[in-house]
Amino acid sequence: MAKIHVKTTVNGDPAEFLCAPGQTLLSALRDTLHLTGTKEGCGSGDCGACSVEMDGRVVCACLVLAAEAEGRQITTVEGLATPEGLHPVQQRFLEEAALQCGFCTPGFMVAAKALLDRNPDPDETEIRFWLAGNLCRCTGYDKIVRAVQKAAADLRAQDSA
Amino acid sequence: MNYAAPQSIAEAVAALAADPGVACALAGGTDLIVQMQAGRRHPGLVIDLKRIAELNEVRSLPDGSWRLGAAVPAAALVGNAALATAWPGVTEAVDLIGSMQVQSRATPAGNLCNASPAADSVPALIAAGATVEIASAEGLRFAPVETVPVGPGRTSLEAGEIVTAILLPPRPARAADAYLRLIPRSEMDIAIAGAGVSLELDDSGTCVKARVALGAVAPTVRLAPLAAAALIGTRLDDAALEAAAGAARAMCDPIDDKRGTAAYRTRMAGVLVKRAARLAQTRAMARG
Repeated sequence: MAKIHVKTTVNGDPAEFLCAPGQTLLSALRDTLHLTGTKEGCGSGDCGACSVEMDGRVVCACLVLAAEAEGRQITTVEGLATPEGLHPVQQRFLEEAALQCGFCTPGFMVAAKALLDRNPDPDETEIRFWLAGNLCRCTGYDKIVRAVQKAAADLRAQDSA
Repeated sequence: MNYAAPQSIAEAVAALAADPGVACALAGGTDLIVQMQAGRRHPGLVIDLKRIAELNEVRSLPDGSWRLGAAVPAAALVGNAALATAWPGVTEAVDLIGSMQVQSRATPAGNLCNASPAADSVPALIAAGATVEIASAEGLRFAPVETVPVGPGRTSLEAGEIVTAILLPPRPARAADAYLRLIPRSEMDIAIAGAGVSLELDDSGTCVKARVALGAVAPTVRLAPLAAAALIGTRLDDAALEAAAGAARAMCDPIDDKRGTAAYRTRMAGVLVKRAARLAQTRAMARG
């Protein structure tokens, strides 16, 4: 079976890889590009641990074929921080202890950042509905919601500064 | 397995015709890729429809109808304010499909072709009187949405055919639709029962046209003509709503499973028909 040559952009940098036709983007990110921040939870699009942004929309990388990434812009959790420091979502997840085992955390942060890109001041209900596709079996979600609210306030303060 | 990403409908149907029976169309992939990963489907060729420009378009046509390209994801439809105004029931049904991540990819055309009896967008599309555009090497044909699913996971599409668009008809002034479903939780679950209702009212508020469709209460989503007939000619008084609910329950042939018993699903289908009809009526009246 011929491998497919894919040229794409990952976290702002050009990336090229070979993939099998049935290989998922999740597998290409983790096993080929060695970006292991994106996690495999369920592998069926239910848990959100493999959330990445593709052309501005959050998708489950387990439900995308690697070949579909051709010409797309992919952002993974590795793309959230800048040389200046952590993204406010990452900083607040740390400060608010919005994680226990941490396996779901990259997916939550990618999803939360996408929410704050669209809505700088989401209320608790909006946060909980947006994050309904990200499952956490440790925290009970309250700390995650608080971290997102505080990150939102940080981003608003940055914008008005 | 091989993967192809054609740029045109002609290329896609040619690829499908070259490999009938083993080729499979890929839209959002939220069902197909899961089924492939689970070993339940083994397509020899996956034809990705998302590189076909025409299939990525949502078009509002001059006669008031809509053409929803088969590769447009739920998130793009839900974010379309004009579509939500014209077809609030279709939009709210699409907005109930899966999570935010799933909505970034999943399409109503895929929801239809996956042929789950509990597909959320399908009762709303059937109630709306939507049609599908189907392409094959022989050309285009059109079929009412309710003729596509024929059983759980089975459709009336022939080998070599793909759905290329969903077409919504023009809307008169005093018309609206609604979709309601019942799930065991408040988000991220599969319907126990669902009801789509689309109504047209005259100046006096009398219902002149109605379509009712039921989800998750039979092997396929079902059009319920007798439930609609119970609404037509009335102002949706309580007796008319009860008659519609009774006619809807008479069409139910559900399964018992962990989400709900057959008796509960049947009972709730009637309740949802009444509430969806009332909601569609309220929306239609608010339009003038």
